[in-house]
Amino acid sequence: MDFALTEEQTAIFDMARAFGEERIAPNARAWEAAGIIPKELWPEIGALGFGGIYVSEDSGGAGLNRLDATLIFEALSMSCPSVAAFLSIHNMCAKMLDAFGSDDIKARFLTPAISMDTVLSYCLTEPGAGSDAAALKTRATRSNEGYALTGTKAFISGGGYSDAYVVMCRTGDDGPKGISTVVVEDGTEGLSFGGLEDKMGWRSQPTRQVQFDDCKIPASNLVGDEGEGFKYAMKGLDGGRLNISACSLGAAQAALNTTLQYMGERKAFGKSIDQFQALQFRLADMEIELQAARIFLRQAAWKLDQGTPDATQFCAMAKTFVTEVGSRIVNQCLQLHGGYGYLADYGIEKLVRDLRVHEILEGTNEIMRMIVSRQLLSDRT
Amino acid sequence: MKVLVPVKRVIDYNVKVRVKSDGSGVDLANVKMSMNPFDEIAVEEAIRLKEAGKADEVIVVSIGVKQAQETLRTALAMGADRAILVIAADDVHQDIEPLAVAKILKAVVEAEGPGLVIAGKQAIDNDMNATGQMLSALLGWSQGTFASELDVDGDTAVITREVDGGLQTIKIKMPAIVTADLRLNEPRYASLPNIMKAKKKPLDEKTAADFGVDVTPRLEIVKTTEPAARSAGIKVGSVDELVAKLKEVGAV
Ligand SMILES: Cc1cc2nc3c(=O)[nH]c(=O)nc-3n(C[C@H](O)[C@H](O)[C@H](O)COP(=O)(O)OP(=O)(O)OC[C@H]3O[C@@H](n4cnc5c(N)ncnc54)[C@H](O)[C@@H]3O)c2cc1C
Ligand SMILES: Cc1cc2nc3c(=O)[nH]c(=O)nc-3n(C[C@H](O)[C@H](O)[C@H](O)COP(=O)(O)OP(=O)(O)OC[C@H]3O[C@@H](n4cnc5c(N)ncnc54)[C@H](O)[C@@H]3O)c2cc1C
Repeated sequence: MDFALTEEQTAIFDMARAFGEERIAPNARAWEAAGIIPKELWPEIGALGFGGIYVSEDSGGAGLNRLDATLIFEALSMSCPSVAAFLSIHNMCAKMLDAFGSDDIKARFLTPAISMDTVLSYCLTEPGAGSDAAALKTRATRSNEGYALTGTKAFISGGGYSDAYVVMCRTGDDGPKGISTVVVEDGTEGLSFGGLEDKMGWRSQPTRQVQFDDCKIPASNLVGDEGEGFKYAMKGLDGGRLNISACSLGAAQAALNTTLQYMGERKAFGKSIDQFQALQFRLADMEIELQAARIFLRQAAWKLDQGTPDATQFCAMAKTFVTEVGSRIVNQCLQLHGGYGYLADYGIEKLVRDLRVHEILEGTNEIMRMIVSRQLLSDRT
Repeated sequence: MKVLVPVKRVIDYNVKVRVKSDGSGVDLANVKMSMNPFDEIAVEEAIRLKEAGKADEVIVVSIGVKQAQETLRTALAMGADRAILVIAADDVHQDIEPLAVAKILKAVVEAEGPGLVIAGKQAIDNDMNATGQMLSALLGWSQGTFASELDVDGDTAVITREVDGGLQTIKIKMPAIVTADLRLNEPRYASLPNIMKAKKKPLDEKTAADFGVDVTPRLEIVKTTEPAARSAGIKVGSVDELVAKLKEVGAV
């Protein structure tokens, strides 16, 4: 057993962190205020190879594994979880196109997505189908030319902003086996968007409903086979859960780093507040939780890379543990900043807001616990 | 034309530097090490020369402990073509002094035949600012130090130098040694594919003995101390008092 990162993995982490510190961190608050990540950022990120982190080299991606990806998201999230998480969703879509898309789909949608001249959104959730995603109702009706989509997707990260949408829709009967995956290009007739959602965190990336009203797409925009869409969507999620966890981890680490500095400078009762044992113990507890979270996340990523039978369960466990630890730590860091933690200038309150949603999306943490307990109970002898 | 770029493994500029308890130097055990930032600029400049069609090959060389191969991999990931590691020490705390480095570099230059050497103007660990100049003297080549602009044109190079109070432009004959200043360029980030490719690029291993160079230190470190901690300030009532106080502490 070897817990060390390789030389390349260390280089990848350092590079992502340095890029984030230079190009993302100084702008994170301004982008949040503007409610948008400037599109010019993405090709810069694409040039680093982050547009298709685990897309195969044959398709033009970087061909890395899931563990490598968690390093990148942890490092970027130290600068801004909202930007890092957006990139995670884009990568989830890119991987789906790489794994299941035709050569034609790869040429039209994947290649520009890898360079990040275009960005992709993942459309699964609907107003009436969140945790129970297989209950989705958006219907794709087959015609001679292709499909006509009708329905509404809710909470779509990048809705009204992205260049193409990877949409899970119903081509068959009720249930998961009636679901297919298609790509809908921005600008397609019948594609429209709801108003901008006013959110607690992730404010620099727009979230909107994505609406299809007899939205016609060519048959060649079908990803893989009809009826397989739910499987494709779920395949992406294990890795997506790791990425989101890594985003919590990086932000928590950044908050802890800042807090350590702050506590050395801030004085109360005649001493710097890092001299109070009660607070020292809290620092220790945060460090212990953070390190445990990191190890657990990397183990889950390793399992997914190895394709072990318990990978899904470990991804679910890691997602729950790491996102909850992450939220707890940033909240503690806010507390240790006293009143200043509540002020935007100190950078901590944004992290508290940004990380909160990591416990909700890519499968809520309740759904994660369902996955874990279901397995436990079925393995019971 | 080949371009040779020497790169040094130094303590990362973000790391909080601690002096060893015996005062013999800075504690380098278990601290993050990186490529000397000025060397990163030198590597970037060499790669740009290659991209502009003015160089065919970029060779990076590092002299020091075995772990310096990580530094070389960083340069390869940025885009250098191959690397030479000259092992000259086995203790991370042993600094190879500029003269010994220059002698080894001279031997590497003679073996590789580059038309240009681009080095960092100094290493951020001991701030010697001497290697490039010494190498130039040993080889009898021209030197253009503190470069903030470099334009190679056949047999000559035009270099803008950052000198006290302004810029100086000089024209020198090739082959030459150029040392990079901070504003020469902004080094790129190595992309994921290039980081992975770096692993497969050639990295030759040599020792100082292969070049017949004695790296025994000639300088003796008498003492290393941390900068004095900032002490509490005082309030002064007038400009006169301020000036008097400043004179008292020898600040003006
Ligand atoms: C900012 C943001 C961005 C998002 N981006 C995207 C995106 O890009 N693409 C996309 O497709 N979706 C996206 N989502 C949607 C997200 O995936 C869903 O919000 C999430 O899956 C939960 O669904 P829901 O909101 O409908 O909650 P519900 O499913 O209504 O759940 C409500 C509560 O009930 C619990 N619950 C539900 N069923 C069970 C059960 N069986 N047992 C125990 N508890 C249960 C849930 O855990 C939750 O606490 C985003 C959401 C947000 C907030
Ligand atoms: C939105 C907002 C509105 C406010 N409104 C008002 C107002 O109207 N009027 C007003 O007077 N004030 C107001 N305050 C100030 C508020 O009361 C202070 O922020 C609070 O008392 C904490 O002080 P501090 O921010 O200086 O934190 P600090 O005292 O610097 O504390 C920093 C951290 O150290 C901990 N700590 C400090 N000393 C010890 C110790 N001995 N042992 C263990 N832990 C310790 C604290 O619990 C905290 O976690 C407001 C603050 C905010 C954020």
